[in-house]
Amino acid sequence: MQLSERHQEYWRKNLRITAVLLAIWFVVTFVVIFFAPQLNEIVIMGFPFAFYMGAQGALIIYVLIIWFYARRMNQLDNEYGVQEGEEQ
Amino acid sequence: MTTQTQSQFFQQLKKYYTFYTGGFIAFVIVLAILEQMGLSPKWIGLIFLGATIALYAGIGIMSKTADVSEYYVAGRRVPAIFNGMATGADWMSAASFIGMAGTLYLAGYDGLAFVMGWTGGYVLVALFLAPYLRKFGQFTIPDFLGSRYGGNLPRTIGVIAAIICSFTYVVAQIYGVGIITARLTGIEFQYGVFLGLAGILVCSFLGGMRAVTWTQVAQYIILIIAYMIPVVWLSMSHTGNPVPQLAYGQVLQQVTQLEKDFNNADTTKGALEASARAAFKAQQESLEAKIAALDEAVAAGTGAAFLEAQRAEAGNPDGFAATTDELKAQWTKAAAGAKGKTGPVSAHATAFAGKGAEANLLKSNPDATAEEIAAAQAEDQKASDIKRRNFIALVLCLMVGTASLPHILMRYYTTPSVREARKSVFWSLFFIFLLYFTAPALAVLVKFEVYSNLVGSSFASLPAWVANWSAVDATLMKIVDINLDGIVQLAEITIGGDLIVLATPEIAGLPYVISGMVAAGGLAAALSTADGLLLTIANALSHDVYYKMIDPKASTVRRLAISKGLLVLVALFAAYTASLKPGDILFLVGAAFSLAASAFFPALVLGVFWKRANYLGAVIGMLAGLGVCMYYMYTTYPFFGGVPANQWFDIAPIAAGIFGMPIGFLGVIVGSLISKAPSVEIQQLVDHVRYPNLEGDIDTRAT
Repeated sequence: MQLSERHQEYWRKNLRITAVLLAIWFVVTFVVIFFAPQLNEIVIMGFPFAFYMGAQGALIIYVLIIWFYARRMNQLDNEYGVQEGEEQ
Repeated sequence: MTTQTQSQFFQQLKKYYTFYTGGFIAFVIVLAILEQMGLSPKWIGLIFLGATIALYAGIGIMSKTADVSEYYVAGRRVPAIFNGMATGADWMSAASFIGMAGTLYLAGYDGLAFVMGWTGGYVLVALFLAPYLRKFGQFTIPDFLGSRYGGNLPRTIGVIAAIICSFTYVVAQIYGVGIITARLTGIEFQYGVFLGLAGILVCSFLGGMRAVTWTQVAQYIILIIAYMIPVVWLSMSHTGNPVPQLAYGQVLQQVTQLEKDFNNADTTKGALEASARAAFKAQQESLEAKIAALDEAVAAGTGAAFLEAQRAEAGNPDGFAATTDELKAQWTKAAAGAKGKTGPVSAHATAFAGKGAEANLLKSNPDATAEEIAAAQAEDQKASDIKRRNFIALVLCLMVGTASLPHILMRYYTTPSVREARKSVFWSLFFIFLLYFTAPALAVLVKFEVYSNLVGSSFASLPAWVANWSAVDATLMKIVDINLDGIVQLAEITIGGDLIVLATPEIAGLPYVISGMVAAGGLAAALSTADGLLLTIANALSHDVYYKMIDPKASTVRRLAISKGLLVLVALFAAYTASLKPGDILFLVGAAFSLAASAFFPALVLGVFWKRANYLGAVIGMLAGLGVCMYYMYTTYPFFGGVPANQWFDIAPIAAGIFGMPIGFLGVIVGSLISKAPSVEIQQLVDHVRYPNLEGDIDTRAT
């Protein structure tokens, strides 16, 4: 079967969303770890920043990334008419 | 059943599990009342063990099935939220439940690699794999490799890699089951292993994925309740705030202050610590002198006489070293243990601390020259850089490994649609997150209890939990008055990581029934993971090897019979391996992640995102990734006769995947480019998995 222009656009958008979310994932994980000794100088509510990110902050962001991806992609399916039919 | 709609099914499940949760809480309350009436701890342990295993077995029997799709993928109608809970239980092993908080207690910031690595991997699952695998819609991960790359070779490599990583992992789980059963009931470890195994088998044997799924949901509920109650209680009683994840910021500051005091000999606490450290230093030196004397005696040929003299001096105790080598090993270990007690306390929140060369230099020589100080600083900086490099490598391996372990990926085949698969990854991480973001709080709360209440108390009146645990198991809790001042110093306490979770109910002053519940939670964590892993191995053998390669015409009855038979064989073999108590369990678990990351991730992800990837690329990529990873472990890990000197960039063998992964990607890319593009059919398959619904599409669903 031949993919239409709309289909190509859907896939490009998917790739863009994936890339942006992956970049956020990379920053909150690896950039924060790399500068952990410096970032730990910042203390918020008793938590050194890098420690907080590793223990909780990054985890919260991971959950939000996946939540956003699921929501956005499920919308995108509908916008581009590639959503699945009702359950069989 | 076929007449029931998905939403009716969902409502029904919700009703069942709400009822079940209420029942479990009522069960705990009844036991608590019985405890007040005089029921002994041993009976509470036995009742917990018996009741939970009977429950899992009951769910297994109720879910028994003879339908292939039910057996392999639970009929593909598991709603997102329930698949999330099942994945959570599948994912969280005894290492997460019991070991995690302990690792954080002992390693502080440097232990957070596990917290981040074991959660962040789900981002990769969500973005790169789950929705596409669901659209593909067959039974196993090698299925995908086989169809995407064509031919039996990619499938076979997939099967081998799946078995290697799942088997190392399942041995560790069964080992955990044995330990918990032994602790809960006092029966022998070896019997505990096989008793736990019976619980696993009765469930997965009858109903395959369907039974495993519904049992895992039940196990998740038990494990999360068991984890949360003691922590919330501890937080409440120590900080007045029932939300430990928020409360522990203040506690962490107090811990940091106490760490400073312990390391400052001008404070009262610091002076006492210094005295204890000096006593350990003396012990270390005396042991080293004895080792030197032993070496001398052996060289002079009077080793046997020396050994006899030592035995007599020690008063002929049972279990005294039988040979000079054994004696030397014991002394060396004791000297290393004493040496570990002579240094300052490492700060909990500090990332990648150096080795303290500068501090040592200034202490031994306050008038050190600027060059000497600079050299010491450079040494510290180097140690810190190596730690950071290993931390990053380990986090990446654990994350990519998470997104490559077949028993986790397989779970996303069970949702009703791509839509639900995406949501299901969210629920999976959410349910895992509940435990993982509590563990750092628990570690700090227990640390504060130890630093502020246990340290400074008198040996004559130790807190009850300390006395109990040091009597039960010296590897978990050991306390000696080395400087004979009658007061506990931090250096005098030795804590095993597993103690943290196990002892929390007692530290928080909760009755024994809660300790029993925590043990049952640990058991649920180990059993649920073992279930998922055993099924993965059995399915790879029965579905991929037998049905797809040996006898594609096999009848349904025959396929299921083969699968069930293999399940029992694999389970028995794994239990037998576990009962031998193989070496370093934690290393085995870590190794499974590195192996999975190197073998599967490049071929799976490029299979979806790069149409040009082909048969040769997959074969080269998977073999090279797996090969490099195994080679690195073999040459650097002492268990296989490797030596640390072989390490590349000072990366520890547990993070071997950091080399396997890039080689795997490179292999897929180069192999694909030097051979011709995949066929039109395969390119259509790629489009098929990329779009949840395409008109005039092919159908790859397995039946």
